[in-house]
Amino acid sequence: MSQSTLTTAPVETERPIGDESTEPDRPWIVIVWNDPINLMSYVTFVFQKLFGYSHQKATKLMLDVHHKGRAVVSGGTREKAEFDTFRLHAHGLWATMQHDS
Amino acid sequence: MPRFQSRVKRTRNGYQLRLPREERELLRTLPGQLRDVLGTDDPAIARLSPPAYQDDPARSREFTELVGDDLDASRRRSLDLMEATIDAERLDEEQLTAWLGALNDLRLVLGTRLDVSEDMYERPPDPDEPNAHAFAVFVYLGWLQEQVVAALAGGLDPRGTEG
Repeated sequence: MSQSTLTTAPVETERPIGDESTEPDRPWIVIVWNDPINLMSYVTFVFQKLFGYSHQKATKLMLDVHHKGRAVVSGGTREKAEFDTFRLHAHGLWATMQHDS
Repeated sequence: MPRFQSRVKRTRNGYQLRLPREERELLRTLPGQLRDVLGTDDPAIARLSPPAYQDDPARSREFTELVGDDLDASRRRSLDLMEATIDAERLDEEQLTAWLGALNDLRLVLGTRLDVSEDMYERPPDPDEPNAHAFAVFVYLGWLQEQVVAALAGGLDPRGTEG
């Protein structure tokens, strides 16, 4: 963009108006819960495939799900958490998302 | 005792599917049955779309409205692909991945209907109980799925690709 454009077209900055509903930008986490149907090998495979985790890390997360009932498998922005939750649902895993507290 | 022959084998350019005819005949009947109940309010189908937001039913409903059709379409694609290759002796990665998804969905719905619990594996229903056959199918699908997972996992880098 040339200098003259900047001088002839003042940039308007948009500010959110009445943004009481805007949440603080707290990170989200995605949790996978234990269920009696999904195979342990399959859950490990899904963690490797979706998140690029090593076999070791994926196995540890799967064992956490199995023994502790749940494990945090990913997180980040709300968009990222929704995307990961969607992909986990598409693979049949019981996944939910919530604010990291 | 006959040597156990694994049903799925990874080869240099794909996967071999070594299923006896009677197993293919059983599997052939399943994708259509699941397709018939997808998108209905069958309680077992609800298992395929858990609430996304742990503490927020309203947002969970929004989420389901947003992605429900995509989830449904991807499940139907897997069922279609499995059905189309039910007699195949070789599968490529996309096809075997579809089998994996379809087998898992079939197990989730069947297992939910059977109300499968962890100790049911140790104490399966007696042969004369009404759900004995369905449970046997459920166990068979898991046995087959294990082999599909093993074959596909053979193509993953165990070190991962993260970072």
